[in-house]
Amino acid sequence: MSWSAELEHVSKSYGQILALDDATLKVGKNEIFTLIGPNGSGKTTLLRILACIETPDNGNVYLHGRKIDDKNRDKAKLNTTLVFQRTSLFATSVYNNIAYGLRLRNLSKNHVYSAVKRALRTVRLEGFENRLAKKLSGGEQQRVSLARALALDTSLLLLDEPTANLDPKSASLIEEIIKEVNQEKQRTIIMATHNLFQAKHIGESAALLVNGRIIKIGTIREMLTGESGELAELARIENIFSGTLELLEGGTSRLSLENGILIETALDREGRFSVFISPEDIIISKRRLESSARNVFKGTIEEILDYGSLVKLKVNTGRDFIVQITKRSFIEMGLNVGSLVYLTFKASSVKII
Amino acid sequence: MSDWSKCWMMKTTDVFPLIAVMLIIATVLLLIVFSVQELIEGLRDAFWLILSGDPEILGITLRSIYISGSATFLAILWCIPIGTLIGLNDFVGKSFVKGIFNALLGLPTVTLGLILYLLYSTSGPLSSLDLFLNPIGVSIGQALLITPIIISFIASAVEAVSPEIRDLAKTLGASERAASFAVLKESTSGVLLAIVAGFNRAIAELGVVLMVGQNIRGRTRVLTTTIALETTRGNIALSIALAVLLLVIVLSISLLTNLIQRRFK
Repeated sequence: MSWSAELEHVSKSYGQILALDDATLKVGKNEIFTLIGPNGSGKTTLLRILACIETPDNGNVYLHGRKIDDKNRDKAKLNTTLVFQRTSLFATSVYNNIAYGLRLRNLSKNHVYSAVKRALRTVRLEGFENRLAKKLSGGEQQRVSLARALALDTSLLLLDEPTANLDPKSASLIEEIIKEVNQEKQRTIIMATHNLFQAKHIGESAALLVNGRIIKIGTIREMLTGESGELAELARIENIFSGTLELLEGGTSRLSLENGILIETALDREGRFSVFISPEDIIISKRRLESSARNVFKGTIEEILDYGSLVKLKVNTGRDFIVQITKRSFIEMGLNVGSLVYLTFKASSVKII
Repeated sequence: MSDWSKCWMMKTTDVFPLIAVMLIIATVLLLIVFSVQELIEGLRDAFWLILSGDPEILGITLRSIYISGSATFLAILWCIPIGTLIGLNDFVGKSFVKGIFNALLGLPTVTLGLILYLLYSTSGPLSSLDLFLNPIGVSIGQALLITPIIISFIASAVEAVSPEIRDLAKTLGASERAASFAVLKESTSGVLLAIVAGFNRAIAELGVVLMVGQNIRGRTRVLTTTIALETTRGNIALSIALAVLLLVIVLSISLLTNLIQRRFK
């Protein structure tokens, strides 16, 4: 099998911090490969090394079978591109943003024009050429970033949590585009995510990174049915719960977790399962809500993570839940570490992984 | 970014309210110092002087713009490369270097004027260059004075967009040089502001021009030195006229910068 990207015992440190520790990985051609891990696990460093904008301290990197060194790094850079988690745009029009990389490759004006048009069509932003990129919404800006990468038509596309700061609608559109690009254009895609559900939905193979080390390579299913240590690491990432499902009357079921917590689901299954609850599906309130939602938990905010227009909160209810809300809601509610809150979500928000 | 730089790195739109406040304070002070009657007379005479197109006033104004404009042009020749290099690169002692430039922002102009006087004057080591009592010598002095301002601002402007833009350009295939150029291009607004701040500082400066140029009529006499001289002579109308012209130049340049920045955005 020929490989699009290979890492051999690659390490990278930033001062005293070992960001990537002896990473070995092979990604096949035309594959969607996901890198899963919590924040600070080394996903971004790995992608930056593959994008040739970071040099490893040790180990070897191969792109399309060719070993990357100082002599060919600039040339190799032209065959790969990276979309950052935090949308980064030039302060100019959408057209000029997308055309930047194409112009660097000395392509003709006509070629640049048609490539920009094509890329905008792919990301469903036709007619946005003359709009100022920085004036677009968060979701549209990330689609421009994606279009800019797609226009280059590189054989390796690297995506660093491209949906992390987006609303569910924009995130699902970007997921759709990623799958489409992989299937129709036959491009290799390596995507970092801490959303296991997304990883399972988009990718085939995945690597689980913890503290800069790759601790498992395989499918998400293999990881979930693997050793308890791996499962525990996965559970730390985001709203993954494992327990026993017990059927209830009316076709619903209840998941019993080890510490006595019960989660009601709309699943008609029995047995041992791992489930995922999307952080944006959970409603946070200061008082108990009276609603049709079947799951209500009382907890305390333990951690606040700022993602620009969005905020993620870690809430301890006996088990840690990650909740995603807009910064505006966060400010208006006056939440803080230690605040007592209620979490509410529907049984249908619980999905089996 | 230092507090100094943060303070100075305001958008020009933020500068206008500040200038308005300064104008109000200046007016209040004038009202305290002079009687209302005297001020009104002074203002009336000043506007007549401006409107009459007095060749002396016109000459002083154009000379001020020429000397300070040359100083700014001279300063940007070394300030843009140095500021960009400091902003782009992480090196040992970077904080120290930035600290020195930030500290020099507060350099008293008379101190620099004295140093240049000692260097330029007939007994100084640079006397052979004939810079004493020379507009070129004044321009060089002003260029040195505004160097810390322009370098600090450019370094801060570049740092504000790098490394994000630098990484972005590189992931799209840019070489180190092309990526640095992309960063500089993204910092255009900040660089422009740095240049304008430098020019405004130069044209409003008194210490260097007085000590190096000695306020020679038709040669080194500029707006600030004339205002100082005519005020001590009791020529309030002329002083007000020149002060108004100085404010008009500073405000026009700031307004023009603001318009250019809007166009860039």
